[in-house]
Amino acid sequence: MGGMDGFGPVLRGEEAYVPFHSAWEARVFALTNVVLARAGSNVDEFRHAIERIAPARYLASSYYERWLHAAETLLGEREILSRAEIDARAGSASAMANPAAHVNAVKPRAKNPRARFRIGERVRARNINPAGHTRLPRYVRGKIGVIRSDRGVYTFPDTNAHHAGEARQHVYSIAFSAREIFGPAAHPRDRVVVDLWEDYLAPARSRPVRRAAAIKAKRKSE
Amino acid sequence: MSDDHHHDASVRGPAARVKALEELLAEKGLVDPAQLDQIIEAYQHAVGPRAGARVVAKSWCDAEFRRRLMTDAVAACAELGIAGPEGGHLVAVENTARVHNLVVCTLCSCYPWPVLGLPPAWYKSFAYRSRAVSDPRGVMREFGLVLADEVEVRVWDSSAEQRYIVIPERPAGTESMSEAELAEIVTRDSMIGVAKIVPPATKARRGSR
Repeated sequence: MGGMDGFGPVLRGEEAYVPFHSAWEARVFALTNVVLARAGSNVDEFRHAIERIAPARYLASSYYERWLHAAETLLGEREILSRAEIDARAGSASAMANPAAHVNAVKPRAKNPRARFRIGERVRARNINPAGHTRLPRYVRGKIGVIRSDRGVYTFPDTNAHHAGEARQHVYSIAFSAREIFGPAAHPRDRVVVDLWEDYLAPARSRPVRRAAAIKAKRKSE
Repeated sequence: MSDDHHHDASVRGPAARVKALEELLAEKGLVDPAQLDQIIEAYQHAVGPRAGARVVAKSWCDAEFRRRLMTDAVAACAELGIAGPEGGHLVAVENTARVHNLVVCTLCSCYPWPVLGLPPAWYKSFAYRSRAVSDPRGVMREFGLVLADEVEVRVWDSSAEQRYIVIPERPAGTESMSEAELAEIVTRDSMIGVAKIVPPATKARRGSR
């Protein structure tokens, strides 16, 4: 959602400060926390089930409607509770979220994988567009930033959401200048720090230099 | 759109669907309604931003604690008995005269539950999630916070396991206040980064969040 336009000002006032607007929202929050663990699901898979909701519907739903929708989807897919059973009991109909894409399993990696990048190093967030779940925000893809810290080794959500392996790897906090991401209208001092898994990153040492050289050569030839 | 019919039905009846879901899962022995009551009770009353306010107030009064908080927020919070889900990878980021921090989750609604409770509705809104990264100063202005050009705004997008709490600056004129009194003036908004802490004299006039 980062960098999208047109949602207007941020909601203020009393309503903006309550976590639950009605009793069913609290219910679906607690229910989801309990049942997904028992269904053998994980948080990455749950987030992906929310992301699989058709975009028009996603945007038209409230926050906990999306939770409800995702919980129903996962319970249905795991054959714990069918959509028909819920429809019959509730007296209403609802659609499943879009099916998950197939994601290839990865080979298990070392328990304590070596960090590929160091603090202070310039890296580029890779311009990749995974068909399944990912935690690489669109707005940083292709952008260059600097590694501020190495947060240690974590399960990779892109595979874990699909039960395709943990692929544990380093996560880094990367500082991007606001201008690098959003262009000259952004404030020159501002930065956005994004926490990214190692597989989202590539070294950024040589490419900008090569690009600058290419531009120079082109100018010369014109 | 072919989805309209289903969509309307579910928007009218989320309460009915949640009730149906809970009943069916309880019948299958997968959910215990009393356990759900306990979870809701905890997040409506026990877990909330007062915990974070205690952490901030202590960091203002105890330089050694502040140092520990900045290097390992999880361990520092555990000293105060503060821990729990979504708090296992807590990171504290401090505001100074030169840097102002702002926390968002553009991908969903990640938030440091043990110190701040569940996120307020505005934090989960599309408006905040989309614009906190691209126009943080505009967003803060909507909360009444205008920062000088010399100040760097550092936005933290909670895209992995790290959860962030902003340690706001201690306002001037609070030197005589006790740690407990200071905790009373630390607001939730200031620990997300959309506000500064208003000193007590002006606070009474403006109200607080």
